[in-house]
Amino acid sequence: MEVKKPKIKSMRYEDFKDNEYIESLVEQLNASGVNVVVGKLDQLLNWSRSNSLWPFCFGTSCCAIEFMCLGAARYDMARFGAEVARNSPRQADYIMCQGTITYRMAPVLKRLYEQMAEPKYVIACGACTVSGGPFKNSYCVVKGVDEIIPVDVYLPGCPPRPEAMFYALMQLQRKIKVTKFLGGDNRKEKRMEYVPAEK
Amino acid sequence: MADLQQQIAALCPQAQFDTVDNLLMVTVDDAQWHALAQQLKENLHFDQLSCLAGVDWKDSIGVVYYLTNTDTQEMVHVKVATTDREHPMLHSVSDIWAVANYQEREAYDFFGIVFIGHPDMRRFFLRNDWVGHPLRKDYDENPELNPIRLEDEMNEDDTCTYIEDEDGNVKKVDGKVFEDDEYVINFGPQHPSTHGVLRYRVSLDGEMVKKVDVVSGYIHRGIEKMCESLTYPQTLLYTERMDYMAAHINRHCLCMCIEKALGIEVPRRAELIRLMMDELMRLSSHLLSYGCLTMDQGATTAFFYGFRERELIYDIFDRTCGARMSMSYSTIGGVVADVHPDFIKDVRHACDVIESKMKEYHQLFTGNVIARNRMVGVGELRKEDAINYCITGPSGRASGVHCDVRKTHPYSLYSEFDFDEVIRTEGDSMARYMVRMDEMLQSIKILRQACDKFEQCEGNEYIAEKVPKMIKLPAGHWYQQVEASRGAFGVYLESDGDPKPFQKPYRMHFQSPCFNLIGVVDLTCRDNMIADLITITASIDFVIPDIDR
Repeated sequence: MEVKKPKIKSMRYEDFKDNEYIESLVEQLNASGVNVVVGKLDQLLNWSRSNSLWPFCFGTSCCAIEFMCLGAARYDMARFGAEVARNSPRQADYIMCQGTITYRMAPVLKRLYEQMAEPKYVIACGACTVSGGPFKNSYCVVKGVDEIIPVDVYLPGCPPRPEAMFYALMQLQRKIKVTKFLGGDNRKEKRMEYVPAEK
Repeated sequence: MADLQQQIAALCPQAQFDTVDNLLMVTVDDAQWHALAQQLKENLHFDQLSCLAGVDWKDSIGVVYYLTNTDTQEMVHVKVATTDREHPMLHSVSDIWAVANYQEREAYDFFGIVFIGHPDMRRFFLRNDWVGHPLRKDYDENPELNPIRLEDEMNEDDTCTYIEDEDGNVKKVDGKVFEDDEYVINFGPQHPSTHGVLRYRVSLDGEMVKKVDVVSGYIHRGIEKMCESLTYPQTLLYTERMDYMAAHINRHCLCMCIEKALGIEVPRRAELIRLMMDELMRLSSHLLSYGCLTMDQGATTAFFYGFRERELIYDIFDRTCGARMSMSYSTIGGVVADVHPDFIKDVRHACDVIESKMKEYHQLFTGNVIARNRMVGVGELRKEDAINYCITGPSGRASGVHCDVRKTHPYSLYSEFDFDEVIRTEGDSMARYMVRMDEMLQSIKILRQACDKFEQCEGNEYIAEKVPKMIKLPAGHWYQQVEASRGAFGVYLESDGDPKPFQKPYRMHFQSPCFNLIGVVDLTCRDNMIADLITITASIDFVIPDIDR
């Protein structure tokens, strides 16, 4: 059975950027071969998972206010099935890291991430979490949240507009749609230590 | 001012006097300072410590205190310094002005100045295993000394005080924040009701709060240090990221401070635009605090109502400044660009809509039995305490303090406008909430007058005064206050008059209103139920990045 390119209802495939990345994931899945029964089940699971992403409320500064706008009536995150913002990491699917991470916050963020249940995802929202942003030269700001935890989607902007946040959310949905769930992510594997890439 | 100088000279003959920035500056030695501070408060009624800024002058290290007389609104500033750079020590004034408690801890954290007699000499923003004091000019920035530590902080309960005996020897006495048999629960830093990443450690007796220890610094970004390596126009960017709910107002303040130092007059049109942006920002901020206060108490619907009207204001910002938040609109000498052609129409429309919706807000929440039970009489703050802890803004006015900077030290064009300072005397959570609601009506009143004035000055298209490409300030220091949405926001700016082409500020200190607000959390929450902690802190309403900077 062939794994297809992920489809998002409200946006055309060509309109997304970084399609090569998604295509390489599809290629990888197809190369390893997919059983029809498991593949169909996988599709169903991925479809349901990608349309019910529960975010973890983790706002440290300005971006959190834009995230609140996302939850309010005009932008309405509920259209993406992502309105159930959880305050406990154990109930959340992804962490949208909004705002600067400082040295004092770093151990807290790491622990919260580790408390989340697999499969879990991270969106680095705003310039501060992508690279340190305007605070890059500070003595106590982490230069990009990927020094502590792995990141799935990078979302630049200071702060990003709500539309941009939706774009990041859709990119995450696309990524989830091309994963192998059965025999993949949920298999009991030895936990690996996250090593940040050299910059 | 001459009178005041004579009075202070009578109290302390060793003091030296100077006039800087149109304010009397008193320079005293540390040995006389504590006695003089006592006299200033008791005899001359300087009952509010508005700003405390530590400064490293290279040959000496010390603190600048700005004092306000809340009756006459007169200000004076005092400079106290020590030449001992290895172990700088000054006498604490936290027993005279309660607000100095946290501010001295900040100065200790940044400069390593030990305050003798301070009850709780711990770091405030940085981890307790941090090496060095970052704002000192000789701070070693080597990242290997302070790497990202992923383990928890140890010995959080340890504190110490420095006590001076009769012979002048200073002794360190160790202590504990909480007793061993106290029941302490942790609250935050990741908790939706702290409005950010603030952390409390709450000692409980059953459900009653016995003591709250505020642990801050989870979003301390070192803005003051970074400003010292940027040119003046570049520093403006950080003001918007401290209290992002008062972005225009904070930026306006720093612009005014630099303009004051340069001696620039801003064109009237630009002043009007800035003033309107400030008031729109205040409306947006109060709507947010309405939404959050209601949501914290379980009224989620009201949150949606508050955010519905905020979008109107965001649209105005979006059209004129090109961004919804962090607008970067004011600049030194005026504003960056002229307003959108529909600006006045949009502002009038937003005013009409918000005014008509106010009734809806009150119907939804203010009269509600649960809301009244949870807010009336809860978390009372007396007027003396509000002054002592330097509580300004809506929270101070709810306790009856006359502290609106727009009235006490009118800046920009506020003296031309007809509006009331909303003052209540109850001092409880309900009063703080009601002050905000009434202030929104006053902001609308100001905005309508500003729209009329703006239309009258059509034809005058200047939006920015010419400023030199390389801004160089003469040596000196300046202090400027504005009324931000949560209280008096102050900028202390010191320049060394460096003749090099790209001059950088020697020291920039932001006196944020929220920093003072957290000082009263312990006072107001004591002997209340743990559930009231949420209501009280929500009604005091702070923005955490403004505390931590």
